[in-house]
Amino acid sequence: MFLKEYISDVYQGVRSLLKGMKKTGYYFVHPSEIITQQYPDNREQLHLPERFRGEVVMTHDENNEHACTGCTACELACPNGTIKIITKFDVSPEGKKKKAIDTFIYHLELCTMCNLCIEACPTDAIKMAQTFEHSVFNRNLLTKKLNLPNSKIREGVE
Amino acid sequence: MYSETTIVTPEASQQPLLEGQLVINVGPQHPATHGVLHLVITLEGETIIKIEPHLGYIHRSIEKMSESLTYRQFIYVTSRMDYLSAHINNLACAMCVEKGMQLEVPERAQVIRIIMSELTRIASHELWIGAMAMDLGAFTPFFYTFRERETINDIMEQTCGARLTMNYMVPGGVMYDLHPEFVARVKSFVAQFKSKVSELEDLVTDNIIFRNRTVGVGVLSKEDAISYGCTGPVARASGVDGDIRKRFPYSGYEKLEFEQCIDTAGDSFARYIVRIREMYQSIHIIEQLIDAIPEGDFQAKTKAVIKLPKGEFYTRVETARGELGVYIVSEGATTPYRIKYRSPGFSNLSALNHMAKGSKIGDLMATMGTLDLVIPDIDR
Amino acid sequence: MFSFQQIAQQTHAWLQQHTGSFTVLVECAIVAVFAITLFAVLGLVLVLLERKVAAHIQIRVGPNRVGPAGLLQTVADTLKLLMKEGLVPNLADKFLFNLAPFIVMMVAMLLLAPVAFARGIQIWDINIGVLYISAISSISVIGILMAGWSSNNKYAMLGAMRSGAQIVSYELSAGFSVLCIVVLSGSLRISDIIAAQENGWWIFKGHIPVLISFVIFIIAVTAETNRAPFDLAEAESELTAGFHTEYSGMRFALFFLAEYINIFIVCAIGATLFFGGWMPLHIAHWEGFNHVMDYIPSSVWFMGKTFALILLIMWFRWTFPRLRVDQLLTLEWKYLLPIGLFNLLLVAIIAIMGWHF
Repeated sequence: MFLKEYISDVYQGVRSLLKGMKKTGYYFVHPSEIITQQYPDNREQLHLPERFRGEVVMTHDENNEHACTGCTACELACPNGTIKIITKFDVSPEGKKKKAIDTFIYHLELCTMCNLCIEACPTDAIKMAQTFEHSVFNRNLLTKKLNLPNSKIREGVE
Repeated sequence: MYSETTIVTPEASQQPLLEGQLVINVGPQHPATHGVLHLVITLEGETIIKIEPHLGYIHRSIEKMSESLTYRQFIYVTSRMDYLSAHINNLACAMCVEKGMQLEVPERAQVIRIIMSELTRIASHELWIGAMAMDLGAFTPFFYTFRERETINDIMEQTCGARLTMNYMVPGGVMYDLHPEFVARVKSFVAQFKSKVSELEDLVTDNIIFRNRTVGVGVLSKEDAISYGCTGPVARASGVDGDIRKRFPYSGYEKLEFEQCIDTAGDSFARYIVRIREMYQSIHIIEQLIDAIPEGDFQAKTKAVIKLPKGEFYTRVETARGELGVYIVSEGATTPYRIKYRSPGFSNLSALNHMAKGSKIGDLMATMGTLDLVIPDIDR
Repeated sequence: MFSFQQIAQQTHAWLQQHTGSFTVLVECAIVAVFAITLFAVLGLVLVLLERKVAAHIQIRVGPNRVGPAGLLQTVADTLKLLMKEGLVPNLADKFLFNLAPFIVMMVAMLLLAPVAFARGIQIWDINIGVLYISAISSISVIGILMAGWSSNNKYAMLGAMRSGAQIVSYELSAGFSVLCIVVLSGSLRISDIIAAQENGWWIFKGHIPVLISFVIFIIAVTAETNRAPFDLAEAESELTAGFHTEYSGMRFALFFLAEYINIFIVCAIGATLFFGGWMPLHIAHWEGFNHVMDYIPSSVWFMGKTFALILLIMWFRWTFPRLRVDQLLTLEWKYLLPIGLFNLLLVAIIAIMGWHF
């Protein structure tokens, strides 16, 4: 009786080990199952989903106009103090003063990509870009000015 | 000489080492602790006499930080606590705020939340199986489980915009609607999971070495599990029927049909099996919901600035590791006065000394592996 | 037909003509150069092979950036290790610490001596070849214990102690399975064992008992070379790196190299004992078939068999979890040793009765 149990123990053990080896052996002889992506080589084919949060960018149209009114809703919504908006007063030809942004400062190094600023923006002036290769040698380069030089607010955006 | 006397802990200095005992430091940098957990282990030969976990290496004061963040902002921080079940952490916070606001969450948002929670649970358990197998010396299952987890991450990336720290749950619902391809992709994942999970049976569950390493190792009795405050799969493997989804249903779990996975052995193998069965239950839940996502709003209308009335609010959810409690004390302002998180990992870790005492170092890895510790969750 | 044997004989004759009484010394030098070259090449090839095998089992690609298809990866790694600083821990026993990797390496080198690489290519056809291998391979445990003790590190110490217990126990099983073949062939000399397999390899001729002893041999040598699932001496998740935790640079490289050379040697011995070494696949009375098989060079046969066994051992490593230290000893003393002893009895009966083919 003891011997029978002993032999069945050995048999069951060896069988379970062979089952595992069959599985790994299957993958060894089936290179088509390989899932590795050759990352820097496949940059051309690499498409991130449109909702991917890479970094905050400000959209500008072909007339170099953006939709940011300088309301600072994003600045208030940001948990990390990533965004800083410096406003100025534009003087229109009629002599009216109008609030506008001077500089939209974005600290990529502080950003956690939580998307709260995009949600808070009433005019959809900023959005998340799908870029993800952010590393630079100088961390100053991570502090970005989002509004392009000489850009203006689009007509009709309040 | 780098000797026992170098690590003077209050406890160690009270009890001088006996002849033949030695102290080793497992961590804060060690392959098996999966993070910066520091265990001071007193050994006699290879037998463990005592384990003292030392925490604080990854303390980021999330609770204090949350006090200066508004009710919309503090949710994203909790993704960094238990980063493997980020969705469920965020859900707990969002639910707590909703409780304070007395806000009704739309049906569609609730269903989306459950699907996301269960996908997160599967992803977390998949990662855990791989990491635990690696603790026991089998490297290969890690890559097989990560393949499935990667599919979930891709689904998350498409719908939520991020892979790990999604910040998708907001007070009142979810941040944006599901991606049009979401349903099809989840269905294909369910099919993939069902066909590939048998590999784990072959490689891990049935393996004689794995069985010998885990059966009867790190036993936690039901009474001890309750008195140490263990929750989640750890407690359920010891026979405690404490699944929050069943006991205190939230977000529509009460309408679903699923089973609470309970084992009574309380050893490492029971904890393993409970998690495997839980993944099947999660798949079962997803299958019930994926074809019946109701139409409607994905987010309730909320004011731009959320203010909670004066009072105290507590919600609890079942994360992949156990019960996560969020306790908010509000003074009526836009930021919480005090936030306390009851994290599952901390209580589960506290049982480690009890479970591993008297076993070998190799057993410690099996016990610690099946506790499924996420160190930032313990330290916060 | 092209053969290493002719080259060796011609070289020997030529040397005797020109150097006279110094022939032995010159031949020693040539052998040493060949052995060291073989070492370096084998180390590079085996490490790369291991990484590629692991990668393919784990649905990855593996090293593929350095050189064509990643072939130069191990060369680059070796260069890195050569240039790295070899740290000696404070208060370590410096003499033993420096000596240990060389002992392990020397054992691996000595083991090469009786291995028959091809027909007539054997450094030293000693008449107690199998015994010599068993004896020398036990010395490596001294090197490992030395490394663990002298490092002044508790992890290293635990790893070395585990390794000591492990190697000493598993040597018994390995010895018994080797004895089975010795009983069947009636000689300890490697060349005799190979010659005994002229009309068929022992694994086919010796019925099930030889199959069992082969399985035991493979398990025991996996344990003896500290490979997963028996890699308790360097159990990564438990003891960080076990006995070589404190080693770095070239000293670490020597341990690493010795591990792979040991795998090669035990597999070469396994191939010699059970699969006929360089002997082509012969089936008794099938003259035509045997003749065709003879056209494949003997070195190809030897390397093919050896690398097949190496792949088997690598396959083990990437499939199984690690055993616990007491289970490791249980497996040896409660399973392998009794089965091995009983098996030896069966083999002895077969040999006496002449039941083998």
